[in-house]
Amino acid sequence: MPEKFDVIVVGAGPAGIACAYELAKHGVNVLLIERGEYPGSKNVMGGVLYRKMMEEIVPDFHKEAPVERPIVEQRFMMMDKTSAVTFSYKGMEWAQEPYNNFTVLRAKFDQWFAQKAVERGALLVCETVVLECVVEDGRVVGVKTDRPDGELRADVVVLADGVNSLLAKSLGFHKEFRPDEVALATMEILKLDKKIIEDRFNLEEGQGCTIELFGDATKGILGTGFLYTNKDTLSIGVGTLLSGLIKHKIKPYELMEYVKKHPMIRPYIQGGEPQEYLAHLIPEGGYKSIPKVAGAGVIVVGDAAQLVNAIHREGSNMAMTSGRLAAEAIIAAKERDDYSEASLDAYRQSLMASFVGQDMKKYKDATHHFDKFPQYFEQYIPMMNRAASQMLTVDGTPKREKQRKIWRDMGSFGQKVKIARDFYRAWRVMK
Amino acid sequence: MLHIVACIKQVPDTKIIKMNPKTNTMDRSSAPAILNPYDSHAVEEAVRLRARYGGVVSVLTMGPPPAVKAIKKCIEIGADEGYMITDRAFAGADTLATSYALTKALEKIAAEVRPIDLIICGKMTIDGDTGQVGPGIARRLDMPPLTSVNKVVEVNREECFAIVHRKLEDGYEVVRSTLPCLFSVEKEINEAPYSPLPNMLKAARYQPKIWSVDDLPGIDRTQLGLKGSPTIVSSVWAPQKPQGGKLLDGDPNKQAEQLLEVLLARRELFAAVTETATGGA
Repeated sequence: MPEKFDVIVVGAGPAGIACAYELAKHGVNVLLIERGEYPGSKNVMGGVLYRKMMEEIVPDFHKEAPVERPIVEQRFMMMDKTSAVTFSYKGMEWAQEPYNNFTVLRAKFDQWFAQKAVERGALLVCETVVLECVVEDGRVVGVKTDRPDGELRADVVVLADGVNSLLAKSLGFHKEFRPDEVALATMEILKLDKKIIEDRFNLEEGQGCTIELFGDATKGILGTGFLYTNKDTLSIGVGTLLSGLIKHKIKPYELMEYVKKHPMIRPYIQGGEPQEYLAHLIPEGGYKSIPKVAGAGVIVVGDAAQLVNAIHREGSNMAMTSGRLAAEAIIAAKERDDYSEASLDAYRQSLMASFVGQDMKKYKDATHHFDKFPQYFEQYIPMMNRAASQMLTVDGTPKREKQRKIWRDMGSFGQKVKIARDFYRAWRVMK
Repeated sequence: MLHIVACIKQVPDTKIIKMNPKTNTMDRSSAPAILNPYDSHAVEEAVRLRARYGGVVSVLTMGPPPAVKAIKKCIEIGADEGYMITDRAFAGADTLATSYALTKALEKIAAEVRPIDLIICGKMTIDGDTGQVGPGIARRLDMPPLTSVNKVVEVNREECFAIVHRKLEDGYEVVRSTLPCLFSVEKEINEAPYSPLPNMLKAARYQPKIWSVDDLPGIDRTQLGLKGSPTIVSSVWAPQKPQGGKLLDGDPNKQAEQLLEVLLARRELFAAVTETATGGA
């Protein structure tokens, strides 16, 4: 007779751990199953963790959690081949409590977070793969794992199995994701002396900086690069829609090497000793790709539910919030002793009413728009660089003449109208 | 009821550990702590013997508190109970002091829990590589030590004997011993299967019994830890990595010729042969 739990959570990433933590906190008998050797061993993200959503689960977490650096500056670099226009915001309000966000290394952080869930009473089993949900009479009643005697029962199974959620797919909640619904990100962790990091990024001791890279970082393919400061390492990476890599016939590691050698990036990472190489898919289909998230005896959270805001590089915070909301819905369902789809649908409703659903909806066309119209990355960013160079190069040319040159560089009247229309459209999809 | 105790140790994974080039010590933070691979075979063999003859499998370890993880791993493999001795007084122990402390814990298990029929250890640990702790325990408990065991033919509790194969350089020998005795086992004795899920759940919930020095009756503190360890490690160094190497081209005959030329020129392997050949001519 297979053992029965109140809830089985599949996958110990931010969504799954948050869900298990909240459930355990409320005395629910919850099992968290992870396929990796330990929580975090298979998890990848660039590294920005937002304070607010984490704190809604574990108050004051940063005092004990293995965070790397609080971010005090965020830079946005619009790159051409040998130049960049950079916007930045740095604020000392981010250098103190309550902080805005932190860089983290997931292998460390997720282990800690999972340990917190275990301390609350969740049971954690690693190195175990859930092969399928056990379905009886149209309800999910448990899971089957790859281990001998590997079947278990539960009132609710929470699918936090990540971007490719094979489990949600096998339940018919979504189809195989298309290459334009997922991005492929590769990243490296480079070891560098603490002091050197702080000097290079203009930081006081212990503070951190993030740089987002647009344009030539991805050779004009829709996507972004990033360079984040950790305690004594840098995280550098680049992610583009899978469809873009296919279309341009570029291999992800080639893009990675290209970014590392880029003259705007090279000086930051010089001397960094590669420690780890990671790669992962990111769900970027947005609102329209969100699958069915609640069924009879089953709930889908985090990346498995495609909850990523690609424009604002937010994902782990949405994952955690979805995990927390799932837990709340399950606790309410437990009180009613009703785990039907109608009962668990409360999760979908609260998710859509939260910032997660609202932001997903707000940017529902954004990725698709920039994917459909590649000129933003391919043409406008280089144009912006040429304009800046023209305007800031002092060579005896009168400024009025320089403005005329920039204006001419934007092309014919028809092309200028097109640019204006594109920016209007971009504003429309982002507003 | 047959009672088998496996003695196990948590070790840094020496396959990936880095050496600190300045201090010539192991950088323990560079490698995860794992159950000593030989010990996992020891536990697996104990579990298999339990399947054959019935009984109880216990595991015992000495180590710092995080070593609980290694015991949990043994529960995953199928052990019934876990015991751990942990105390600052044990720190810095060599194989002599370690075997003494473990013996005291084994005596306590035998006296207070149930008598021990068989002790199984891994052949050696991958961090120390000495293979001395197992025989040390056997000597202290006055049991026959059977080292390099690669097959257990029979364990007979009623008639008090065990028959095993001991690995030799060119084969094996069949040995019969009285019980209780101690085996230290080779890796090839078994292959650990993928642990069943109920074991995983048991391990996730399991808390071993943890004893400090004060819990071990009649223990002589002077024989513990650094104080009780006559071994002195005067220096440690990482082995030199072999430099370079030359690739030989051409067909096999040509390659062989080239190789011979080099070896003859360096007079390393065939010095004697060359002299004979020259003398003959």
